[in-house]
Amino acid sequence: MFTRIALAALVAGLLAGGVVALAQTVGTTDLILAAEAFETATDSHDDTWAPADGFERFAATAGADLVTGIGFAFLLVSAFALRGRPVGWRNGILWGLAGFAVFSALPALGLPPELPGAAAAPLAPRQLWWLLTVAASGVGLGALAFAKPSLWKVAGVVLIALPHLIGAPVPDTHGGLAPATLVETFVLASLATAAVFWLVLGAVAGVAYDRLGPRSA
Amino acid sequence: MTQSQAFRTLASTRVLPQILAAALLGLFIVYGVGFAPVSAVHNAAHDVRHGVAFPCH
Repeated sequence: MFTRIALAALVAGLLAGGVVALAQTVGTTDLILAAEAFETATDSHDDTWAPADGFERFAATAGADLVTGIGFAFLLVSAFALRGRPVGWRNGILWGLAGFAVFSALPALGLPPELPGAAAAPLAPRQLWWLLTVAASGVGLGALAFAKPSLWKVAGVVLIALPHLIGAPVPDTHGGLAPATLVETFVLASLATAAVFWLVLGAVAGVAYDRLGPRSA
Repeated sequence: MTQSQAFRTLASTRVLPQILAAALLGLFIVYGVGFAPVSAVHNAAHDVRHGVAFPCH
């Protein structure tokens, strides 16, 4: 089973990650670079290695996109396996939508995608809130979709809502260095890229997972 | 209703450790790209962290 999950995850993760690498090159990365122009005066760069602007930075980003794709793919295909049923591309798209909700849309309600230089609360509490929101959303959505007793479904809804009732860590002052229009465009571009990623990942992983399964009937 | 009845559609327990291992590997990879506090990793994955909306900086 591990080999089957790994192969399906590699195929789907590389494909969806590749699509994201292309989408980011024409989308979010340009906006990040534009925002950094506002940030250079205040930024505190240290001496550690960073990819040089241009091809090196593109290659680092594309590589990280592929790795991210494979990582999310492992999580998604593990969920397929846990469910223990054939998936196919239609159900794969539904799974992809769920992944988009859990890892992108629901966390973004509290912590929208941020450009460099945006005013933000300290990093550690934000990372913690993000991780707890993803965990609660994933378990909650799973209960909502698959649990039989209605009490579990109610618990699922409560779990999904809970991080937002608690609230994400907010900065003392809002705003940032980049202009508001740039920020809005970035949030939309980031969410759109994530949506495309999850739909491609879900559909491809759904097909790959089925094809790699034991031949039956 | 017992837990096994509630989730009787789940995969058999025989393959559960393998599924868990795959999921942990996925978590480890996503953590590495999105959260690892190593400067060089942060710098390499910087545009992805912002693009995917991992909390960054």
